[in-house]
Amino acid sequence: MTAAPAQRFVEQFRARKAALPGAALPWLAERREAGIGRFAELGLPTPRVESWKYTSLRPLEKLAFATPNGEAVSVDRLPSLLPAGAGEHRLVFVNGHFRADLSALGNLPDGARLGSLAALLESDPEFLAENLGRLGDACEQPLLALNAALMDDGLVLHLGRGVDWTTPIEVIHIAAAVERPLAYHPRNLILLEPGSHAVLIEHHVSLGVGVSFANTASEVVLGEGAVLHHYKMQAEGPEAFHFATLHGEIGRNAHYDAFGMSLGARLSRNEISLRLAGEGAGCHLNGAYMIRGQQHCDNTTVIEHLVPNTSCREVFKGVLDDQSRAVFQGRIVVRPGAQKSDGHQLSKAMLLSERAEIDAKPELEIYADDVKCSHGATAGDLDHNALFYLRSRGLPERRARNLLVEAFLSEAVEAISAEDLCPAFLASIADWLSTRHAGDRS
Amino acid sequence: MLDIKNLHVTVDGKEILKGIDLQIAPGEVHAVMGPNGSGKSTLAYVLSGREGYVVTEGQVLYQGRDLLGLETEERAAEGIFLAFQYPVEIPGVANTTFLKEALNAVRRHRGEDELDAMQFLKLMRAKVKQLGISDELLKRSVNVGFSGGEKKRNEMLQMAVLEPRLAVLDETDSGLDIDALKTVADGVNALRGSERALLIITHYQRLLSYIVPDKVHVLAHGRIVRSGGKELALELEEKGYSEFAPEAA
Repeated sequence: MTAAPAQRFVEQFRARKAALPGAALPWLAERREAGIGRFAELGLPTPRVESWKYTSLRPLEKLAFATPNGEAVSVDRLPSLLPAGAGEHRLVFVNGHFRADLSALGNLPDGARLGSLAALLESDPEFLAENLGRLGDACEQPLLALNAALMDDGLVLHLGRGVDWTTPIEVIHIAAAVERPLAYHPRNLILLEPGSHAVLIEHHVSLGVGVSFANTASEVVLGEGAVLHHYKMQAEGPEAFHFATLHGEIGRNAHYDAFGMSLGARLSRNEISLRLAGEGAGCHLNGAYMIRGQQHCDNTTVIEHLVPNTSCREVFKGVLDDQSRAVFQGRIVVRPGAQKSDGHQLSKAMLLSERAEIDAKPELEIYADDVKCSHGATAGDLDHNALFYLRSRGLPERRARNLLVEAFLSEAVEAISAEDLCPAFLASIADWLSTRHAGDRS
Repeated sequence: MLDIKNLHVTVDGKEILKGIDLQIAPGEVHAVMGPNGSGKSTLAYVLSGREGYVVTEGQVLYQGRDLLGLETEERAAEGIFLAFQYPVEIPGVANTTFLKEALNAVRRHRGEDELDAMQFLKLMRAKVKQLGISDELLKRSVNVGFSGGEKKRNEMLQMAVLEPRLAVLDETDSGLDIDALKTVADGVNALRGSERALLIITHYQRLLSYIVPDKVHVLAHGRIVRSGGKELALELEEKGYSEFAPEAA
């Protein structure tokens, strides 16, 4: 079943490989070949694969995707999650390709490198030969293998030792509709040397209505004591397919603090694997989603405690309306010897329609005996007592419902540490609620 | 103000109220007393329009209008307030947000201008002082982490802000120490006036020492079995409810 659609990507690779960025670099060509070879063996994931049990790529298989062809897309207005004037560093990618004309890198601190992968493959291939593709096992993840083969552009952020970059870096990814369905495969590399600090914001939107398939892969490496705040807003259009595979390695006393909001796309999946690789390493991996119609949103995470004294906190909260479906698969693994690991995970879903569905699969896999780990998953309707209480004080039913949904999600948003961003995320909740159809649950 | 005629109510198919008749005039305070399971809370909920309470017979007129046709929020906007026996916790909604939303919803309904943040703040400061509530409680999520007494005070605060015409207090005295009881009573007494009416639902007489009712009704097995003046409450305190035990079939 999967041979045919996968084959189309393989053929696309054969046709394009000479034109892909860095085609003249033997090490890269070799990795691309390995990637496509592996992808050809694996095919697109099917529900027979455990980690894809609840997310079907069937709708994707029916489509023939073209590659962006340098179409001149004009962008009149750039969305921003930051308050006016706060965005000093902005990178814009349109259909996966860096657009220098729309970007404003601003003044970079000494020891910082920020730019496009395709450009860096020209200017400093040695750096990439050493650092790109170190994380993640493309042998296991078909979409990552496909990305390894077809990666065309993306973000590179490299901070030298001790670089403290406190102003946020906003990266805007625009899926711009053209006549044909488009597929692209961005690859991001985020490398923070010991003691450095950055705030990275990803903002994914669509321009026009058209089918897009973004198959993004990101590598995040945090050296000793480095801190990355990583925020993501995925608000793509209703025809978008959004896949984001992220592999992170968090060193000694380093901290990865992530919050992602998913509200767009027909089908989206964040697949995040974090390795707490040095003592004192920690992560906050939080997310929220609001979906409706036929939307499908999947958050699949694996957090591995490899050494003693590491911690993780993971909370995903979502609201589902209509016939939408969400998947939460969260695995926390404590490797042998990783004593005093401290891990907490929680998935909470609010179902506003009887036809909505959440598949939550929290898993703890523990191979050490002195650890503190917990997980939980809840799914439910609005609290009817609370609804009655609000209405008994005069709040109209619709407003009372919205207030309860907002309260449920805003808890997740208000936990984010970049206060600048809270208003935009909270506004997205209010927008979503205000555009909810009036025919509430019957 | 309130005219209940032959009210029959079922919950989950079981008849709980079996023909209640009760008239409350403006300015009056009525107490409904009765043993557990007599239908006291059902009466409170049906007046506020809670789902699941089905009126099978009878009528309720409020200010001459059919009350039962109104939604819960319309009743609130028309001036009916229910002080809950168990105030509900709402994580993530700040108490002030809640109060402001409620007040402005009611004001909109009445055709009055909404209060802006400053005006609202001023009003809150005054009310909070009156009721001896700490500012801290205003910032916290509605009733979350409140003690029993704080929850009841919060009910009184809402009542003071919304200024209802008919307040129904459902076992507001349960679980209160004497100080909290006095605060509640002060809050209620401050609201008494010729325009307003109060319906106090309680198991015990003690709240009625502080809020002296004009009339006392005994509710047992879904019916009002006796009505009288304030002295009836004292009599009940002495004799208990045993004389209202179910009659032999």
